[in-house]
Amino acid sequence: MTDPLLETRALSKSFGALAAARDINFRLERGARHALIGPNGAGKTTFINLLTGVFLPTQGKVLLEGRDITTMQQSARVKLGIARTFQINRLFRGLSVLDNVYMAVAERLGAGAQMMKPAGMRNDVVEEAMRLLDVLKLSDYAGHRVSELPYGRQRLVELAIALGLEPQVLLLDEPAAGVPSTESHIILDAVAALPKQIGVLIIDHDMDLVFRFAERITVLVGGAIFAEGTPKEIGADQRVRDVYLGKAHHG
Amino acid sequence: MSAPAYDLGRHPAALALVNRHRLRVWEPLPWILALAFYFAFPNHLGFGTDLLVTILFALSLDLALGYAGIVTLGHAAFFGAGAYTVGMLAHHGIWNEPISGLLMGASVAALIGFASGLILLRTTGLTLLMLTLCTMALLEEAANMGEKYTGGFDGLPNLPIPPLFGLFEFNPLYPRVQYLYVLGVLFLCFIFVRTLVYSPFGRSLTGIRENVLRMHAVGAPVNWRLVTCYTISAAIAGIAGGLWAQANAYVNLSTLSLDRAATVLIILVLGGYGRLYGAFIGAVVYMALSHFLAQVYPTAWQLGLGLMLVLIALFARNGVIGLWDMLRNRLMAKGATMRATKSGPS
Repeated sequence: MTDPLLETRALSKSFGALAAARDINFRLERGARHALIGPNGAGKTTFINLLTGVFLPTQGKVLLEGRDITTMQQSARVKLGIARTFQINRLFRGLSVLDNVYMAVAERLGAGAQMMKPAGMRNDVVEEAMRLLDVLKLSDYAGHRVSELPYGRQRLVELAIALGLEPQVLLLDEPAAGVPSTESHIILDAVAALPKQIGVLIIDHDMDLVFRFAERITVLVGGAIFAEGTPKEIGADQRVRDVYLGKAHHG
Repeated sequence: MSAPAYDLGRHPAALALVNRHRLRVWEPLPWILALAFYFAFPNHLGFGTDLLVTILFALSLDLALGYAGIVTLGHAAFFGAGAYTVGMLAHHGIWNEPISGLLMGASVAALIGFASGLILLRTTGLTLLMLTLCTMALLEEAANMGEKYTGGFDGLPNLPIPPLFGLFEFNPLYPRVQYLYVLGVLFLCFIFVRTLVYSPFGRSLTGIRENVLRMHAVGAPVNWRLVTCYTISAAIAGIAGGLWAQANAYVNLSTLSLDRAATVLIILVLGGYGRLYGAFIGAVVYMALSHFLAQVYPTAWQLGLGLMLVLIALFARNGVIGLWDMLRNRLMAKGATMRATKSGPS
């Protein structure tokens, strides 16, 4: 058996007395459609931050294709193909949609350090950014400022930026959060249409999204893995229903 | 790339990005005005030279503050470093050829910018502000104490600056040569800065200013970009300081003072930061205004400047250029609605 695409071994993170991640052993396979669910404060976003290098773990390891990247800097991990979207929009709000995507593509193609050539003359970057906007049906908004877009479209720009990095691993932190239900299909369609070879880990509260999208589900409770399995198994697991799904149905 | 070429021409936003760096019609205007000033006011070229040096200094600050969002109150550190390098080399008879002297001033300033930037730029906000201030204060005090080399409190007067290209004499009473020399250097530096801010590197600086977390997340080496930008900005400030020392043929502690650092900040805020031409507008407005106010109210002229700054801070966050943009947008919007109403109800 070859190494999984992304793996954590006994990953733990404490903030003082609070154990935000406890002994997490997790595997994300190539081309996987994996979901991470759990009640509020279960440590889902912390887990993403550990994978992307925002925080360094207190203990344990993060491996990408068997290579130890536990202490690697955030930007270096991006170069290796780990991209994420943020739970709360983290866009260049004052810039146009095209500029936002340009920024990501420029970094991937190594244009970001170039000083003596106009940005617009890197046609390769502009072309690829436009192609991405086409794929996500955003090209009509290319010239708009991000802050002028409806929220659902802004979430799509998040996705466009992440895809502009041509990731092997894509971590989606609540891609549909805050999007009105009239617009949420845009996000769902875009997530469903992601390239097959990317390993996708999605965090969401939206059970429709999770069960429609995921082939495998991990349930996180109190910073530790509580259960893992296919959607069918998780849906049938009485303990999971009690701690999580049950509550979700009631409220 | 294996993918077929994308037809950028068919999309207005892509076309706008591709053509963003193109020269606009009005862009030669400041340079024409600067040359016109030379012929129209031959008796005010001292003031003019000072103005051009200030523009260059403000331009260097714009790169760091306006584009990369590096909040600094100590930019005179680099102005002074450039000025003292030129001054000390000339005073001690080591080197006084103007152009190479300027490059040495730029190098020393860049070195200080690089070394301090490596440490300072790990911080942000108020901490960064205080640390930049401290760096400048340290240099000022060093220049004050090192009397043997720097002339201490009195500075170094009567610097022997030889003719430019061995031909054009710097005359302190009729600074014609100085004016054209400074204008030439400003022009070259401006072309450089303009190229830089329109480059992918310049875009990434804007990205860092807009959202540093996102820049980390797209894989940009944020700290390294900031240090690079700060070093370049310091070098240009060093050139401005070197020009100041050469044009005035002296150097003193005022080149390293908080007063100078604060003034250039005010100028940039006044003109509009992150806009390339804010440095020009700000310097002209500030210097013309202080000139005028000092004549009309010799004792209280700074009050007028202070009031204006308060008004700018309250009502025109993006400075004079921002105000202009806002008015133009309003007028255009009004024009659009009027055309829409004229064409009848829809």
